[in-house]
Amino acid sequence: MFNKKHLALLASAGSLSLAGMATAQADTLEDTIERGAVQCGVSDGLPGFSAPDDDGNWQGLDVDVCRAVAAAVLGDADAVNYISLNAVERFTALQSGEVDLLSRNTTWTTTRDTTLGLNFTGVNFYDGQGFMVSRDLGITGADELDGASICIQSGTTTELNLADYFRANDMEFNPIVFDTSEQTVGGYQAGRCDVLTSDTSQLAALRIQLDDPEASMILSDVISKEPLGPVVRQGDDLWFNIVKWSLFAMINAEEYGVTSENAEEMRDSNNPDVARLLGQDGNYGEGMNLEADWAYNIISQVGNYAESFERNVGMDSPLEIERGVNALWNDGGFQYAPPIR
Amino acid sequence: MIHNKETIPQRPAPKGTIGPIAWLRGNLFNGPINTVFTLLGLYVLYLLVVPTVQWAFIDANWVGDSREDCTRAGACWVFVNARFSQFMYGLYPSEEYWRANIVFAMFAGIIAWMVVPRLPFKRWMALFALLIFPVIAYVLLHGGYFDLPRVSTHRWGGLMLTLLLATVGMVGALPIGIVLALGRRSNMPIVKTFCVIFIEFWRGVPLITILFMASVMLPLFLPSELSVDRLVRALIGLTLFQSAYMAEVIRGGLQAIPKGQDEAAAALGMTYWKRMGLIVMPQALKMMIPGIVNTFISLFKDTTLVMIIGLFDLLGIVQAALSDSRWLGFSIEGYVFAAFVFWIFCFSMSRYSQYLERKLNTGHKH
Repeated sequence: MFNKKHLALLASAGSLSLAGMATAQADTLEDTIERGAVQCGVSDGLPGFSAPDDDGNWQGLDVDVCRAVAAAVLGDADAVNYISLNAVERFTALQSGEVDLLSRNTTWTTTRDTTLGLNFTGVNFYDGQGFMVSRDLGITGADELDGASICIQSGTTTELNLADYFRANDMEFNPIVFDTSEQTVGGYQAGRCDVLTSDTSQLAALRIQLDDPEASMILSDVISKEPLGPVVRQGDDLWFNIVKWSLFAMINAEEYGVTSENAEEMRDSNNPDVARLLGQDGNYGEGMNLEADWAYNIISQVGNYAESFERNVGMDSPLEIERGVNALWNDGGFQYAPPIR
Repeated sequence: MIHNKETIPQRPAPKGTIGPIAWLRGNLFNGPINTVFTLLGLYVLYLLVVPTVQWAFIDANWVGDSREDCTRAGACWVFVNARFSQFMYGLYPSEEYWRANIVFAMFAGIIAWMVVPRLPFKRWMALFALLIFPVIAYVLLHGGYFDLPRVSTHRWGGLMLTLLLATVGMVGALPIGIVLALGRRSNMPIVKTFCVIFIEFWRGVPLITILFMASVMLPLFLPSELSVDRLVRALIGLTLFQSAYMAEVIRGGLQAIPKGQDEAAAALGMTYWKRMGLIVMPQALKMMIPGIVNTFISLFKDTTLVMIIGLFDLLGIVQAALSDSRWLGFSIEGYVFAAFVFWIFCFSMSRYSQYLERKLNTGHKH
């Protein structure tokens, strides 16, 4: 329909020249309180990350970040205006002030962080390129894929990552390129290739669409780094801190075992970490101009990181993505939040 | 000599020359080549229709509320059923649907009133539709007045948004198009140049570029306090784009009116606007009906492009629904439904235009 790459170039050229101007507006927190809602940019539909459910409510891992910030700032997780953005316009929408927070499966890269006038506030999903293979093949690792024919979607970084990986490991592969993700699944299903490659978060969604999902499996090997996280405008450090610590609060809550169900009882906990998190010992919201119970509001209304993960993309969702690298640091993963102290 | 004084009574034509069998023999099986092609055609039709009917009706799943209810091999209409209100209203809050319903009902009523020839007061109705109805529709849909809760435009969607975009585009584009067409035929150099530049600019740029510029680039150049609603930006872009096309259709119609008509009217002492309004335009517009409706239908389908600026029109909301992880893999059902709705609207427009042509035909048609 249209060439996304060129549009992206055009948009970033425009945004580069205006990056300086974008820092002009400062008090996002004040604007948000006045408006009574967080303006949150989400994807126009990505399974498990942001999509409207049957009742028209937005659901997903990225959506939960918006809800967490709304809970922290306004005490109401539902006080969010969701603005659906496509990949091309997401940064301009943030720079121009149409949204105050971009939570739209955006990969954290140097270029985006340093040249667009934006700040990444953390990582809410460590994604990476993975492989889906038929169980019949008996393959257990990516290093056994020498000589395989692989279905890829054209024009994506996936294609480049794949070539890099096979060259680095001195293996051969036979690429079979398709235009859309639906065609790619179709090609895999029809047996045109042995392996399908894409980001692991996408693979799970593609797998459900197969006639027999059980016959295929997703290898645990990942060959690229795609850290996805929320983004804010540069120049408003207060807002930057609020978004950053909203996510950290969810991760800390998981570590301390605070969930949406037990948050009320845990307020009486003797554990000093929990008491500080839930605002019972000291006021750690003060530095962000928030109430002392900012984190309590997040956890009781949105849940901790594990709850959000399992509900949207994990074992309680149709996607059934394993925690893997998204597990906590003390559980073999990367998710690590600085202490609240 | 024997004369039969009685007239031989009329008898039916021989059995072999009338009725469906004779028609079949005359048209489909007259000669070996035609017979072969007929049979081949029937076979292809059989190959297409049987699996389609099987999938869409016989094997389809009709009742339920989740993907687990779709156990049979055919289409899963449960998906469309579960999402139906979303496809109609987008993400509009469900407790406020009545407001959209009133607007829908009024809209349908106005259309019916204008279309059914027997109903009186057409002129007043048209004035109401153009001047008062938009205000009522805005107040009801957007709210913020008379204790109605505000529903900001990014929650509007579905068929409601598609109809809104198409209607505003059509109603806005026709008058602007007429003015541009007259301007382009004008003798005044500045007016003419302006109209030519306007038309050629908007016609030379793809609609997708206009929408993209309006939604992505424009906000960067405007100060942040002066932010125009994204739906309004799309509406303005769509209307100006369509008016350029409309202008050229209308200019085509104007050129088909013999110059003598205009000159005769001028000889009677009519002013420019009287000549245009009473003599030229009525004849020209009648001739342009197919062209105008053609533009309207293409506009109706072009509205789906607003998807790229994050507005959920009918097709956009279907795609968003397809990305719900609990409904993955029902894209065919979703797209078939969207295609069906679009077809209904486009086909009705096409039929109405044919009726209008017949009604306005004064015997000048060759």
